[in-house]
Amino acid sequence: MKVITANFVTCAVKECKTSAASFPLHFHDAELEQQELDFQPEFIRNVLPRIDWESLRVTANELGFPTLPETKPEGDALNEEQTLKDLHRLLLETQVIEGKLVCGNCGHQYVIKEGIANFLLPSHLV
Amino acid sequence: MEYLVRLAQCHETFRQPELQAVATLLGIDMEIIAYNEFTPFCVVKLKDEEAARALISRSILAKDILELWGKGTTYEELHADVHQRTKHRWADYHKVTYALAVDCFAGKRSTAKKTEIFESFGYLNLRGEVRLKNPEEQFRVIEDYVTDVEENAIGTQRSSEPRMIYLGRWLAKSDRDIILTHTLKKRKYISTTSMDAELALVTANMALAAPGKVFFDPFVGAGSFLVAASHFGALTMGSDIDPRAFRGKEHERKNGMAMLQNFKQYNIVSQFLDAFTSDVTNTPLRDTALLDGIICDPPYGVREGLRVLGTRDGKVIEPVIIDGVPAHYRKGYIPPKRPYGFEALQRDILEFAVLRLVPNGRLAMWMPTASDEAVEFPVPMHPNLEVISVCVQPFTNWSRRLMIYRRLPEGETSDVTLGRSKTDGEGVSADDLNAFRVKYNNRNASRAEEK
Repeated sequence: MKVITANFVTCAVKECKTSAASFPLHFHDAELEQQELDFQPEFIRNVLPRIDWESLRVTANELGFPTLPETKPEGDALNEEQTLKDLHRLLLETQVIEGKLVCGNCGHQYVIKEGIANFLLPSHLV
Repeated sequence: MEYLVRLAQCHETFRQPELQAVATLLGIDMEIIAYNEFTPFCVVKLKDEEAARALISRSILAKDILELWGKGTTYEELHADVHQRTKHRWADYHKVTYALAVDCFAGKRSTAKKTEIFESFGYLNLRGEVRLKNPEEQFRVIEDYVTDVEENAIGTQRSSEPRMIYLGRWLAKSDRDIILTHTLKKRKYISTTSMDAELALVTANMALAAPGKVFFDPFVGAGSFLVAASHFGALTMGSDIDPRAFRGKEHERKNGMAMLQNFKQYNIVSQFLDAFTSDVTNTPLRDTALLDGIICDPPYGVREGLRVLGTRDGKVIEPVIIDGVPAHYRKGYIPPKRPYGFEALQRDILEFAVLRLVPNGRLAMWMPTASDEAVEFPVPMHPNLEVISVCVQPFTNWSRRLMIYRRLPEGETSDVTLGRSKTDGEGVSADDLNAFRVKYNNRNASRAEEK
């Protein structure tokens, strides 16, 4: 699971959707893999407004990345290649191969195996 | 300026919507001047040659495009039209190397007749060298005859003479050859439900897949829509309630899930985002505008009933602890699933799309219908979605439709009074829940009896 995907998902339990504690889901025992991918600045610029920056800062921190700036890059900052490349590296080139995503509200753990996260819920959480 | 698009003579109802989608995607102003489902030739009005080249470069169901120099039902009419449209331009082509060919669709001309046709264009005064290989300009005389298909379908009389003749200056070919690369026959990893390459690419086109965009398939299977959208430059993500199709069996996984083999094969690994296991009725995706496009072919529930998370009787199974670990965290745990309605699922997909598409983002959804519904069938609708097009792929005893929706920006709503208002909701058997399954099976049963 890539970091961008982690920023797109929250707890699958319906009651958790309204709770601020359910997002972002927290990585536990995350085993990381870096992969080199084509840099597509157009994509980063397009997708950045959809990224929840506060949550991305939390995730980056949990995965051991240097602390991200307090505010989301906007305007001229989006023309700085290094800024976009750093985001490309974090959002697209970093993935969690093994580990867990844990909801801060209900405590449910979503397992990630071979890079695939499992968001299916047991009956008592549906 | 008018241009002649030569379309593939297949998937007829998809052809105009695809052209229109490509024009929308590229911001090209296009007006369709003449279109007939029984012929490959379609006349469009475009601003200039650049627009024509751009339009064709993204088309799958078009083959190529020509600058229209004239058209007519007879050669007299054609020559008069060529004079009127292009006389002022002939001088520009006096010295170019060129080729001139006669193409007949559903008709034939002898070599002698073809020569006679060439000679009748002597007034163009093409004095450059004739070159069959790599000429600077290629001119085509295109004769369009009535086919037996059209005669059988609507009774148009066939004739030894063409119904329409065109002269065109050839400009460019389409992206259609990619079908040969993407064909399932040569694809490394497929499943029984993989969408064929041509229609997957057309679906991606109609959903406006393009660089910089995020595309999602909530029924990803072996990922045929993802590779199609990624071919056009989108970054793609998918989920499925059953991960086996995208993950693959042990021997099918080499450095990652099996589906990734296809991205490697087509050299588009950088366009792949993720695949995860989830149920569309309990999705983990945040409900905010995250996606530029959603493309899917939801399960039809014919071979097996549709399933979503939950228990059949609606009773909650309380968690069980085994060896100190809740059973649902143990290896090999399979969450209970319950049967679900085919129409309820479609309603949920529309709802899913409305919450997560960006304004003007598109949903492309396939849906089967029994053929007797062909005339008027209810299109699932939603006030926040505009129906852009409905295309039909007929089979012998059923058909399926591709519906394209646009997410309306906030403040706009569409008229849903023609849509389906009831859904098949909450029955318990597969047949209660799926009108299509019942029709499909009844029809097959009655056909078997006839035999």
